[in-house]
Amino acid sequence: MKTFNRGGVHPQENKLTNDSTIEVFPLPKQAVVFVSQHLGAPSTLIVQKGDKVKTGQLIAKAEQFICANTHSPYTGTITKIDVATDFTGYKKPAIYIDVEEDEWLEGIDSSTEIVREIKLDSNQIIEKIKEMGIVGLGGAAFPTHIKYMIPQGKKADYLIINAVECEPYLTSDYRIMNERAEECLIGVEILKKALNVEKALVGVESNKPDAIEHLTNTAKRFEGIEIIPLKTKYPQGAEKQLIYALTKREVPSGKLPIEVGCVVNNIGTAQAVYYAVQKNMPLIQNILTLTGKNVKQKKNLLVRVGTPIQSVIDYCGGLPEGTGKVISGGPMMGKAISELSAPTVKTTSAILLMSNKESSRKEVTNCLRCGKCVSVCPMGLEPIQIAQFAENRLWEEAEKTLAMDCIECGCCLFTCPAGRPLLDLVRISKNHIGEIRRQRAQK
Amino acid sequence: MSLLTISGSPHVQSNQTTKKIMWTVVIALLPALLVSIYFFGLDALLVTLTSVVFCVGFEWLIQKYILKVQPTIKDGSAVITGILLAFNLPSNVPLWIVAIGALVAIGVAKMSYGGLGKNPFNPALVGRVFLFISFPSKVAMSEWPLPKPLFGSSLTDTVTGPTPLLALKDGQAVDLWNMFIGFTGGSLGEISAITLIIGGLIMLFRKVISWHTPVSFIGTAGIFALILWLVNPSEFIHPLYQLLAGGLLLGAIFMATDMVTSPITYKGQLIFGFGCGVLTIIFRSFGPMPEGVSFAILIMNAVTPLIDKAFKPKAFGY
Repeated sequence: MKTFNRGGVHPQENKLTNDSTIEVFPLPKQAVVFVSQHLGAPSTLIVQKGDKVKTGQLIAKAEQFICANTHSPYTGTITKIDVATDFTGYKKPAIYIDVEEDEWLEGIDSSTEIVREIKLDSNQIIEKIKEMGIVGLGGAAFPTHIKYMIPQGKKADYLIINAVECEPYLTSDYRIMNERAEECLIGVEILKKALNVEKALVGVESNKPDAIEHLTNTAKRFEGIEIIPLKTKYPQGAEKQLIYALTKREVPSGKLPIEVGCVVNNIGTAQAVYYAVQKNMPLIQNILTLTGKNVKQKKNLLVRVGTPIQSVIDYCGGLPEGTGKVISGGPMMGKAISELSAPTVKTTSAILLMSNKESSRKEVTNCLRCGKCVSVCPMGLEPIQIAQFAENRLWEEAEKTLAMDCIECGCCLFTCPAGRPLLDLVRISKNHIGEIRRQRAQK
Repeated sequence: MSLLTISGSPHVQSNQTTKKIMWTVVIALLPALLVSIYFFGLDALLVTLTSVVFCVGFEWLIQKYILKVQPTIKDGSAVITGILLAFNLPSNVPLWIVAIGALVAIGVAKMSYGGLGKNPFNPALVGRVFLFISFPSKVAMSEWPLPKPLFGSSLTDTVTGPTPLLALKDGQAVDLWNMFIGFTGGSLGEISAITLIIGGLIMLFRKVISWHTPVSFIGTAGIFALILWLVNPSEFIHPLYQLLAGGLLLGAIFMATDMVTSPITYKGQLIFGFGCGVLTIIFRSFGPMPEGVSFAILIMNAVTPLIDKAFKPKAFGY
């Protein structure tokens, strides 16, 4: 079975919500929507306090290159335009909405009816994706339309769809593959058309045999979409690793996938593209897995953007006794949440509640030089070397040891028997190296 | 409401710990210890216990009263050093010599560098070599205690005799099967090939070691010995004897694989094993002594940082 070419680990899968069908989460009474919810330049707010908005109405516009539109996920009145604290504790511009009865903006098809025929051409599709504020739902929130504007001199051979979901606990992609396979694949077809390629490769990990079977059967009704089972190994879903697993092409250091003729998007993004292009629906809701070993009712929920995280937790039985960490995303790459009152954003695909015991780090001992961090690193780096340079504040040495190539998958810290904070130290190195590089550029 | 922990990802860790690794090695050493007790009697147990107690004791004393840090004797690493040191000594060694060996192994070779993980040389081997050059008549004699099984009659009246390597160097015949199971003269832990291999498999299975160092070490030694033997069978020892005799398996499986003192990458480990294999056969075949494993490994320990520098893993996208 195909997989990437070096390193990797296999953490406990804990896919506790595999069998929970997607449930629609009720609309909150008050919602907070961040003006910018993507990677890149901030969007420009185009509504004011007191304005009435409808569901799907544009509220912030992309006026710069790497930027995305933001739409109102609710019908209601804007009561305040202020900053709000996001789940990591940062304050960001946001609008506060008093939610009224849901009324979708005219022109949006909010029915569940499947629209198969693709009427738009390549440029129109890209324009539509931009208009509907689609961002990468794999976690990075990179504006999707930019990926399809291929730079001069480059050519795409493959569209690669990431349906790996290699993170433990997460099941949102798995559920849409099972419940909404056709929507996903129409989305893939649209992206294929936007990119002008013959072939789309959809990578799915072998721990989801029913999703693979269901997608493969559905794909028979499409042309040029190949469903490829991959070995269950983390981080199979990391962009460069996935490209290698599917095409045996190695993205050069510091370059983008297009360098080797690939464009990568998540299966959830493909579904969002389907809604955007076929049904004129902006990205205002997403599937959120609320899970954790002690959670009373673990669920896969369809949640509007801007829903308070606390309300989702309450809906699923409340915060279990002894919860030590709440994580947005999976346990390997997710971010620890410091503000439960913070609203969800476009990319909030999971809220994971972990007990103190499960999430606390093991005792730290001296490095044994066992080399496990080196052997599990999917980027072929030497985490222990970078960490030692970081401990001695030798940032330039850390740079020479390729710290900047680290994808922060966490395999090193996961594996280290001595419990060394390897990834933390690499992250610190990356920060310092970034600063050094900016200074160099100024000179 | 309880406080939430905020930290960087990942939020889960494997269940492998330093402690588990070390105690797995201890378990892997037990079969060889049992065979040793079987063939050499309670002497073997006494030597091993003395060595372990002194190694652990010195580590505790040094950490508590000299370094003034929280003692880490529970991690099991001093126990391993103790067993390995004992395994390199004859069963009739005076116990005060064992204690001195333990002091050198733990005090000089391990704690003076900062303890577990910081030492460049394998502590047990340093201890052993110190005893070897300081008390040659006590730990490296030409006459070694011969096995007398606990549950069986002694085959000969003599209680001491040459080790297989010594005998072979003198041109005497040695039974290969006896060497395989351990019915032979030698230091405590080196006599039984089969139990050392079982121990190696336990560590391999529990992912405490990788195959690279032992296979490269044993393979290189075997091929090199074979070449010498083919060139001149009357002067050089048959490769099978080379592999089964002396501390080669003990060294290749338990001491060259010491993660602290061997290279980090698989590529580096192959080079390391190769170096150990070549040096061992050179020392054994051309040197004045029948044994060479300890020196071979210590020399390669010294080369380890260079190997780590020269053989880096190939980074993705370069």
